[in-house]
Amino acid sequence: MAVEIRIPTVLRPVVSGQSVVKAEGETIGELMKNLGNEYAGLAGQILKEDGSMHKFINIYLNDDDVRYLEKLDTKVSPGDVVTILPAVAGGIF
Amino acid sequence: MAVYSSVLDLIGNTPIIDVSELSPNPRVKIYAKLEGQNPGGSVKDRIALAMIEQAEKEGILKVGDTLIEPSSGNTGIGLAMVAKVRGYKIKIVLPSNVSIERKQLLGVWGAEIIESPFSQGSNGAVRLARKIAAENPQWVFLYQYANPANPKAHYESTGPEIWRDVPEITHFIAGLGTSGTLMGVGRFLKERNPKVQIWAIEPPAGEMVDGLRNLDDGYIPPIFLDNDGYELLDRKTVVGPRESIEWTRRLSEVGIFSGISSGAIMAGAVKCAAMIEEGTVVAIVSDGGWKYMSTGAWTDDIDTVTERAKSIIYF
Repeated sequence: MAVEIRIPTVLRPVVSGQSVVKAEGETIGELMKNLGNEYAGLAGQILKEDGSMHKFINIYLNDDDVRYLEKLDTKVSPGDVVTILPAVAGGIF
Repeated sequence: MAVYSSVLDLIGNTPIIDVSELSPNPRVKIYAKLEGQNPGGSVKDRIALAMIEQAEKEGILKVGDTLIEPSSGNTGIGLAMVAKVRGYKIKIVLPSNVSIERKQLLGVWGAEIIESPFSQGSNGAVRLARKIAAENPQWVFLYQYANPANPKAHYESTGPEIWRDVPEITHFIAGLGTSGTLMGVGRFLKERNPKVQIWAIEPPAGEMVDGLRNLDDGYIPPIFLDNDGYELLDRKTVVGPRESIEWTRRLSEVGIFSGISSGAIMAGAVKCAAMIEEGTVVAIVSDGGWKYMSTGAWTDDIDTVTERAKSIIYF
């Protein structure tokens, strides 16, 4: 199953400048792994060597941060949109 | 009615109002805690006072000293008010694209504004303030993102107030910026009742992210890590500008004049209410709508306002 993944500006150079890419997978972890296989420059940016998430990366399933769902085991369904964003200082301050 | 000796005595003890008519689920109550009732107009008055009092206690802040702080608005305004009353000078580093009212309010209390580049968003303001603070060690840098007095203020005031007024609370919802409100209130409530769920609402990073050069420019507030934020939060959800403005308007229909981030928080509260069987949700209304009048949020065409909101920091 292919799911749409939105790529932040900072990572676009390693996916040929695209803002949206497609990847196959049933879970967020599978999507990220397959994405890393397709775009060599992305491997190691989102997932570290040990398979965990880079600390300055947030991955959202639709609007929810997957760290607070089932992390990389979070299941994806057809029509879902996955968004990758760097962690920034934001919010009400 | 009591007579108070200082405006600072009016910080905290904000009212909670039942807005369950906005709830999509008849078995879920939604309560809004009106932080705009603080004298400086936002939830940030609490941490402004707490951080300054802590620095005074530690002897690092004396009358006549100068403070420096990065803020897109509310913390700067709160600090400027407390600084004025207590006799300090203050410089606020803020991104150039904040609403005009914020700059005007800082002017009311005599704060000096140092602008950081629009394209670097909030991260840029933090970076510039840290650089200036390092170059000017004679200035006092309270640094809300790393100051334990920030979550402590909420652990000692906001949290106990909510527990006192709404002991049946099942879900607490607030905006995620420094994470101070969520960490302090969250920790207090979970100690009283571990079943209480803590939900964070984030603004979409949008334009702010574009100035990032690489991933290692990312930023996680030290107080989030110090308080085990990954464990403490139960959910973290992004609410976009359009939905934020829609719910800001819905709040005004029940008589609550709030800032736009509170619209986002209310959108999160409503989403939560729709997802759960039953419960009581307490949402923070961070500030009033006064500082957002120039955005036209209530009266202009919603598509126009949404576009405008994308290029200006409204959280």
